[in-house]
Parts: sequence; C-alpha cells; structure tokens
Amino acid sequence: MSGKTIKVDYLARVEGEGALLVKIKDRRVTDVQLKIFEPPRFFEAFLRGRNFSEAPDITARICGICPVAYQMSACHAIEDAFGVEVDPPIRGLRRLLYCGEWIESHALHVYLLHAPDFLGYEDAIRMAKDHPDAVKRGLSLKKAGNDVVNLLGGREIHPINVRVGGFYRLPGKPEFAALAETLKRARDAALETVRWVATFPFPDYERDYEFVALRHPAEYPFNEGRLVSNKGLDISAREYDQHFAEEHVAHSNALHSVLKERGSYFVGPQARYSLNFDKLSRLAQEAARAAGLGEVCRNPFQSVIVRSVELVYACDEALRILGELEIPARPAAECRPRVATGYGCTEAPRGILYHRYRLDDRGIILDAKIVPPTSQNQKTIEDDLRHFVSANLELPEKKLQWQCEQAIRNYDPCISCATHFLKVRVERE
Amino acid sequence: MTAGQAEIRIIGVGNSFRSDDGVGIAVARSLRERLSSGVAVLEQSGEGTALLEAWKGARAVVLVDAVQSGAAPGTIHRLDATAGGIPQAFFRYSTHAFSVTEAVELARALSQLPPRVIVYGIEGRNFSAGEGLSAEVAEASAAVAARILDEVLSLQERETPCTNSPSCQIAS
Repeated sequence: MSGKTIKVDYLARVEGEGALLVKIKDRRVTDVQLKIFEPPRFFEAFLRGRNFSEAPDITARICGICPVAYQMSACHAIEDAFGVEVDPPIRGLRRLLYCGEWIESHALHVYLLHAPDFLGYEDAIRMAKDHPDAVKRGLSLKKAGNDVVNLLGGREIHPINVRVGGFYRLPGKPEFAALAETLKRARDAALETVRWVATFPFPDYERDYEFVALRHPAEYPFNEGRLVSNKGLDISAREYDQHFAEEHVAHSNALHSVLKERGSYFVGPQARYSLNFDKLSRLAQEAARAAGLGEVCRNPFQSVIVRSVELVYACDEALRILGELEIPARPAAECRPRVATGYGCTEAPRGILYHRYRLDDRGIILDAKIVPPTSQNQKTIEDDLRHFVSANLELPEKKLQWQCEQAIRNYDPCISCATHFLKVRVERE
Repeated sequence: MTAGQAEIRIIGVGNSFRSDDGVGIAVARSLRERLSSGVAVLEQSGEGTALLEAWKGARAVVLVDAVQSGAAPGTIHRLDATAGGIPQAFFRYSTHAFSVTEAVELARALSQLPPRVIVYGIEGRNFSAGEGLSAEVAEASAAVAARILDEVLSLQERETPCTNSPSCQIAS
C-alpha cells in the first residue's frame, strides 16, 4: 500500500481541544492539518461597548495560563490610545508580574507536558513514578511563579489587581521580601532544570525559520520593544496590521496568521531567545552555553531547553527587580479617555500577543482586535510536521506519530487562546 | 486558621461563567457559612498544579466538580479517590492540559494525596458561556451540599483526639 494516514483524534498535553491529520501518498506528504475544534470564543465582540477599564479583566479570561499577558497587552494598547506614561516603578512591577507568569507557564510545560515526550512516558503521572524528584522540582517552580502572580495580581489565575495605568493596590515591602527568598530557591531549581533537559535526546532537525519577537534596546523583552525578525522586519506595534494578516482555513476554528510578504513565521521562547540572546542575564547566558545551545536555536525540539533558560532568566530578572524595588508613590497613572486607536504588543509565555482598541471620547471600546501567539504559530507547526514527516518516513508508525505530537508540543500551543474568532462565510448560487 | 492549615478542605472546582461548569463553585459558596471552624472551603478553576497546592497537608478533602460522562443531567456521582483511580473520561470537559484527574493521579504517584479524597461529580447539561445553573443541576447542587455536610460530620468524628491507645490503633 502506498498511502497512509497519521491521525490523532485528540491531542493530549496541550491546552484546549485539537487534532492532527497527516496524509501520505507515494512516499510524499500530501496534506497536514492541525485541527482546532475548540469552539470559537468571540471575545473581540464581547469587548465592543464596554468601558476601557474593563478590558484587562475581560481579556484575562481568554486564558487560564497566560492571563497576565492579556492584561498587559490590553493596558499597553489603551495607554497608547490615551497617551498615558506609567511611572518607572510601575513599569518594573509589571515586569515582575510577567516574570511570575512565565515561570508558572514554562514550568508547567517543561515538566508536565513536554518532558514525558523526551523520556518516553505517556504522561507526567507515569513519569512521576520514576522521576519523582524532577516532577517535585517542576511543581515547586510553578508554585514560585504562582506566588509572584498571587502577590501582585491578587490571585494566581485571572489576577484582579491590574488596571490600565498600573495596579489597584500595591503590596508593602515586607511582602516583597518574602518573595525574594522563594525566588532564590526557584532560580536554583531553574538552573537544575536547564541541566536536566540538556540531557534529553533531540531529533536532528533544523529549519530556516523567520523568528518574530519584540526587541528592546536595554532588556530582554516583556512589555515593550519593536517587532523584529531575522528576515528584516523592524516595526512598531502600530504597524502590525500593515505587515501581518489573519486567514481563515476550513479545517480549524483558529485563524492562521501570516506575514503578508513572506508567509509563516515563528513566535515564542525560541524566537525571543534567538533574537535577544545578548539581552539575557549573564547567568541565563551561561546556563544556555553549558547546555550546548548557540546564540540562535533552530531546532524546535530544543525549545524545551530554551524555555528552561527563560525560567532562569525570569527568576533572575524578578530578583533584580526586587533588589532595586521602589514602592511607587501612586499605584496607577491617571487615564483620560480621548478618541483614538491604541496598539499594544507584549511577550506572552508563548510569544507575541497583539491587541488593538478603537475608543471614543468616553473611553468606550468601539472595536477590538486580539491576535494570540498560538494562531501565529499554527502555520509554522504545520510546516514543521510536513518537513519532519517527509524526512522521517522510514520511522515505524508509532514512533512517527509520537514525534509528530512532540513536534506540536514544541510550540506549547494554547488552543483555548487561539480560537477567539470565526468568520462565517455564506455562499449562494 | 488559614485554608492551608485546615485538616478538612472542601474544594469547589469550575468556572461560574460557563453555566453548569460553575456547579462546583456554587456548592462551595453555599457551604461557606454552614461549616464549622476547622473546615476550609476553597474555590478552584480546576488547573491541576493549583489543586495539588490546595489540598497539600490536608487530612481529608471533598472535591466537587461538574462532569460530562453521558449520564442524565443532575446525576450525582460519588467517587472515593483514596481507593482507586478516577475514570479518565470523567472530567474531560476541562480544557486544561492538566486537570482534576491528572492532579489526583499525580499526587498519588508522588505520595502527596491526602489520606481521604472524596470526589463529587455533578452531571451538567449546558457548558456554554453564561451564568446560572440548569434546573436539574441546581437541584443536584443542593443535594450534594447536604451530603457534604454529612461527610464532614463523619470525617470530624474520626478526628476525635487520638490518645494513641490500643483501641485507637484498631480503629484506624
């Protein structure tokens, strides 16, 4: 028989509901479909008619793993519209909150979702029986991230303390001091994580991706910077819609994002790392080098090392911020509505998250656009699968399917985030 | 006493903005004022690692969540997770990559499962965006709340101070 089909009806260890279909005919891959059947979410429509101050809390509900990212992109976009400048200490605390979310999200993915692929386990539960100390380390890291988000956000998931202009209430110095002790232990655990994942077996696989991430002149990117790529992109968030387009594809409830000029692109830890290695802290750089990573990483299977290096960075950066902590004089900058469109793009754990809001003179949202990281990576995931399967047709069926699933999890796809919109097309004859 | 120290913890799991998925939260809220001190009532989204933290150190846990197992809406399931595994398909409504079933099994694998874990699953009808419970689910939630009060009483009876006497050792 010359044709075969790899079919995974329900992808495990990803956020949300998706499936994969790869068709092979005459030793050629004829079709690859990453199917997302999580229902569409319509968040952009919910936002219309709401006050600007509600946007951070409404959009946080899009994702239970990266609510801070939604809050940050919403705040920055609306502050852009109203011309609000936040005070430098508030900016620092936002970075600290974002560090907490990266730690939570990366620890979960590295330890509980991705590591079992490399070590040959069906899931983290079976892995925990043989590797209890590793799993406990992962959980303690996740907990450290939760503690950061809890302190600044008011609770671990769907924080309630973020507002346009800053925060509602700020914790006092003693509460921050306790956090520093937790983060020092977490940083050691993160360094151990890098050493651990560096020993995993990695398929020999590289592609010449277009990496897209924020780049800031002085720091590894969280909240600010220009959108750059290794193929010449260099724009502000305001120019996003001129360069990127969203396309509907029949097999998925999530839109596919493309660069208008060049097609698929790659966002997330590996893109950030490869475009910003020079901005990592020295400790994170050293950990990466010791793990055998170059300054650019083109093997998507090694994303697990990159995520671990970012764990080190996030702990290190959080400690730096805590070390220079200044409690701001006021918890938030004043916001005066005006008729404007605002743009914001920040680095969610899974990559750039773009928000755009058009607002009226009372601060009512007239329309909103949200482009989450997973919809931006969908095309690249499908391209990876097409190339990977083509190059590995001789693998036994089961192993090939295993590695296909692993190839999807390289991107830590958040399917719940990606299905935010569905275009309905009516054809009439 | 903080929730992290309570010997007995009631954990309501779900999302109040997804209709019947909020039934676990509704049960927890209805119990909050009706339980004696020493019993903590917690609300959780169902994210697994947070659950592991929520029951850490507890002696007994009663967890309530919505389920979609194919039974009639409002059906009440009671599982003793101490004794054995929870069927995989039971809590599959959750879109979390790591949810209630996994949290229980991971805790078991790491020897971090509290000595007693009782899980109530209430069969939901409607999981779409919105607030409020279907009639049969609301009815079941009241019944489950009453049963949990009884569970707590019997759990507390077992808690009678142990003087390490021979009879106590036999009882345990």
